[in-house]
Amino acid sequence: MKPPPFDYLAPTTVAEVTSALAEHGDDAKVLAGGQSLVPVLAMRLARPEVIVDVNRVADLDRVHREDGTLLVGATTRHVTLERDPDIAAAVPLLARTAPHIGHFQIRNRGTLGGSLAHADSAAEWPAVALALDAEIEVASTSGSRRIPAAEFFVSTFMTALGAEDLLVGVRFPVWGAGSGFAVEELARRSGDFAIAGVVAAVQRNGDRIERAAVALLGMGPVPIRLHPLEQELVGSPTASTDLDAVARDAVAGLDPPDDVHASGGYRRRVAAVLVARALARALQEAEGA
Amino acid sequence: MPDHEIPEITVRLTVNGQPERLRVEPRRTLADALREDLALTGTHLGCEHGVCGACTVLVDGQAVRSCLLFAVQLEGAEVTTVEGLSPADGSLNPVQQAFRDNHGLQCGFCTPGFIVSVTAFLADNPHPTDEQIREALGGNLCRCTGYQGIVRAVKQAAGQPTGAREAVELRPTAQAAS
Repeated sequence: MKPPPFDYLAPTTVAEVTSALAEHGDDAKVLAGGQSLVPVLAMRLARPEVIVDVNRVADLDRVHREDGTLLVGATTRHVTLERDPDIAAAVPLLARTAPHIGHFQIRNRGTLGGSLAHADSAAEWPAVALALDAEIEVASTSGSRRIPAAEFFVSTFMTALGAEDLLVGVRFPVWGAGSGFAVEELARRSGDFAIAGVVAAVQRNGDRIERAAVALLGMGPVPIRLHPLEQELVGSPTASTDLDAVARDAVAGLDPPDDVHASGGYRRRVAAVLVARALARALQEAEGA
Repeated sequence: MPDHEIPEITVRLTVNGQPERLRVEPRRTLADALREDLALTGTHLGCEHGVCGACTVLVDGQAVRSCLLFAVQLEGAEVTTVEGLSPADGSLNPVQQAFRDNHGLQCGFCTPGFIVSVTAFLADNPHPTDEQIREALGGNLCRCTGYQGIVRAVKQAAGQPTGAREAVELRPTAQAAS
């Protein structure tokens, strides 16, 4: 359980990171919080020649708000997303979601960008990015670009990032007044990866739902956005909508994985309950907002 | 894997208040550097992939898994291990004493990780609820105790009633003291 040998680079600017990635390509791996990468190395599931540690790149650790967007730097740690009052005020779903990730010792090191780039199918941040239509900012020696979350997650542990790309940050849209947010998960033990989970956001206009965004985690190789459910909710009354029924319909066509933790059929039943519960809580919050 | 010899890197950091200078391979984890290079064997290694919590140390005051950090990342950092949490005379600190009083350990392998985690948790949250205590303990595995004694130890360390008769009887009660 010792990592294999590697060369270590600790650049301090984004330009230095991208030129290192351009030089080493597939032989290099970016180290952020290390809470997924180091176990992968310890189990020798990967043997990169070069580790590029991005923890000393100050530009990756910034959070700022511009107009209707919260830009969160890639190396922002889960604990910051959990506790920073400005982040919680701008994008409440971030602060709601963070406590569900691992244990506090993991949250002290793990990062937003690392979780997105790792793209575990049961991870929380990919589902949040997808639900909120976040944009992933990417840099390489050929320039910067933004990738919509809907195009970012390709398959389990696979993203739209190329070997020379650095995930720089994430742009989350800020939702306005009358919004509510909720996260629901089922895990065998608190802190474990979820068997199934859902993140939900709703916004009301008067007593009608004006906007809804719902994404599932752990239900397939990538997070799943429930667009038909959202369309059904928009225009419905905030009270008296049969959430159990719409949630059941929304997950009926999904084909979640069977594994040692749960069967696909069990996951589908759990997901229906979690979706209804999350929507109820998000709507309750929206009504008070 | 690289086809050449990997050069060692010099790291300067503070461990338990002492300035240290290490020459390490980049792949050396902080846990191995503490145990092998600095002979601080209070930090234990169970799973070596971030699950068991036995290797928990404080880095700049925050509890982290020392098996998931490379020593080369610690340039300028302040590391505190379980050795650094005890008084210099070898007596027990209040968290350690609480584990002893409440049977919060049996074989003791996981205990250093628990002591460090609980120290960080109580520094952050001096008046925890039962639920918060159990949530905070989730990141450390103990295969002996069944955790009940550990939960009581955290309560004692937080100055709360532990709910255990034996722990209460060992201490003078308000009436007995008066």
